[in-house]
Amino acid sequence: MPDLVNTRRTIRIQAVSVGLALAPFGAAFGVLCAEAGLGTWEALGFSSFVFAGSSQFAAVSVLAEGGTIVAAIVAGLLLNLRSLAFGVSMAPSLKGSILMRALMSQLMIDESTAVASNHESYALRRYGYLWGGLSVFIVWNSMTWVGVALLSGTGNLVHDLGIDATIPAAFLALAWSKLSSLQHRILAGVGAVLAFLLVPFVPPGIPVIAAAAAVLLLRPWRDR
Amino acid sequence: MSDAVIVMVSLAIGTYMLKAFGPFFLANQRALPSWLKRFAMLLPTPLLAALVITSTLTNNDQIVFDARIVGVVAAIIALFKRAPFVLVVIIAAAATAIWRLLTGL
Repeated sequence: MPDLVNTRRTIRIQAVSVGLALAPFGAAFGVLCAEAGLGTWEALGFSSFVFAGSSQFAAVSVLAEGGTIVAAIVAGLLLNLRSLAFGVSMAPSLKGSILMRALMSQLMIDESTAVASNHESYALRRYGYLWGGLSVFIVWNSMTWVGVALLSGTGNLVHDLGIDATIPAAFLALAWSKLSSLQHRILAGVGAVLAFLLVPFVPPGIPVIAAAAAVLLLRPWRDR
Repeated sequence: MSDAVIVMVSLAIGTYMLKAFGPFFLANQRALPSWLKRFAMLLPTPLLAALVITSTLTNNDQIVFDARIVGVVAAIIALFKRAPFVLVVIIAAAATAIWRLLTGL
């Protein structure tokens, strides 16, 4: 079936491009870890065991700002709540032995779900999910290592080359695709203002967690 | 154990439970309640926006206005011009670096 061969090839290309696109974010995460005083193994532990980009960034930046352990964990978990929704939508495509499901679940991130959701059949969704997830996993961990190992201990270099500005740029780029919707623009605006107002008055990490309250404005419990 | 390791392990366990819930318990195509799904999908936007603010404007718990702002503004322009993400991040760093070089701030 040449069609299937072609479709699979398209999926692999998509998966690899998505992985490569995340390379600078991986490096930025490594730099953030170095700035926060984490060692190479700790940084790689985040990238392989947590393996959830925005959560890792959030948790480590709370630590870097001097926030508490609890604030770092809560900020990270709130950002990852969406993988619960991804998991529910991917579940029918990810059947298999307990061990297989356990391993596949670790790849539950935005990108693997995005590559998968372009397809209808369970087999192709699973194929896209695995390729997308593994491609990101490899790039993400390699680039984390590059960021943390090559750039740690070069405090002046990070400052002089403006590498510290890659961290807000990475957060911004992660949010950007959502901002075409008015609803999300309101959320972003309210979240940003809340955080800005709270920074001087509450411990580090709390402004980020408090920004989640912006969601309540939209009353998501209402059915429409 | 260092703080970082405690956070890493807790977050690894927590995110794994979120990731694996569907594949382990819902293989039969049941769906999340729609309000919970909406909630989960809306949540990242205000959090990421708040993180943009704190990672641009804070230093040791204080609001500071420094060269990182130049980088973020450059990144916004690059995103409007639909630059690929790789470029957005590089532009942010370059703009900040140049500003620091020129102004010494």
